Amino acid sequence: MADPMRIRASMTGDKVEVKVLMAHEMETGLRKDASGNAIPAHFIRNVTVTHGGRTVLSAQWGTSVSRNPFLHFRFKGGKPGEKVTISWLDNKGEKRTDEAVIAGG
Amino acid sequence: MDAKRREVLKTGGGALALAAAGIIRPGEAFAQEWNKAAFETKSVAETVKALGGGASTPSGSIEITAPDIAENGAVVPIAVESKLPRTQAIAILIEKNPNTLSAEFEIPAGTDPFVSTRVKMAETSNIYALVIADGKYFHAVKEIKVTIGGCGG
Repeated sequence: MADPMRIRASMTGDKVEVKVLMAHEMETGLRKDASGNAIPAHFIRNVTVTHGGRTVLSAQWGTSVSRNPFLHFRFKGGKPGEKVTISWLDNKGEKRTDEAVIAGG
Repeated sequence: MDAKRREVLKTGGGALALAAAGIIRPGEAFAQEWNKAAFETKSVAETVKALGGGASTPSGSIEITAPDIAENGAVVPIAVESKLPRTQAIAILIEKNPNTLSAEFEIPAGTDPFVSTRVKMAETSNIYALVIADGKYFHAVKEIKVTIGGCGG
């Protein structure tokens, strides 16, 4: 099981500013280990962010998103105390869902 | 808020229209799919095509915020902001990486046409911010010089 995401969601004016740090190796599949064997690709493919049952961002990623991915975006329609839920799914079928409460501005 | 766009997106017709425009493939709106073909492309033109576009037009309404020189290619911060009306998606393409497409974000109504993330760059390269707005494809380019590549072993 992957480590939890670190999520910060806070009001900036009338928008919710979301910053996420995910724990994932994001292995490209192009690297080799010390004995010359290829290290298999292992990376997050899908990210979905929802608020109040509505998708506020969805992403598809390739292997060139950096290790321990960072994501920052903003959406309208959220209020302090409400929840933002973030899920990811990787190429091996592993997944993780975490949520954060929107903090006041 | 663009009420009309919301209305169109809410209906099944909207989804079909998006599918017809190649922005989403049938079924994609309902399941988590991954556009394998797009992530295997090896040039900017191929990626645009795999994401459903014919060609993309340079636009001054797309802003890329990224360093001019990245000392460490493994962690290059890139932010893209679109000022194009009805921005539906933002993609980050790295021309000289083994695979061009790095990330694609779908921007629903109500979400700012802005994303910021960190990517790996194998070597000095142009990066393209591709924006789909109102069904059309636009891009901006920025060169980032890389001191140490981020994809090697």
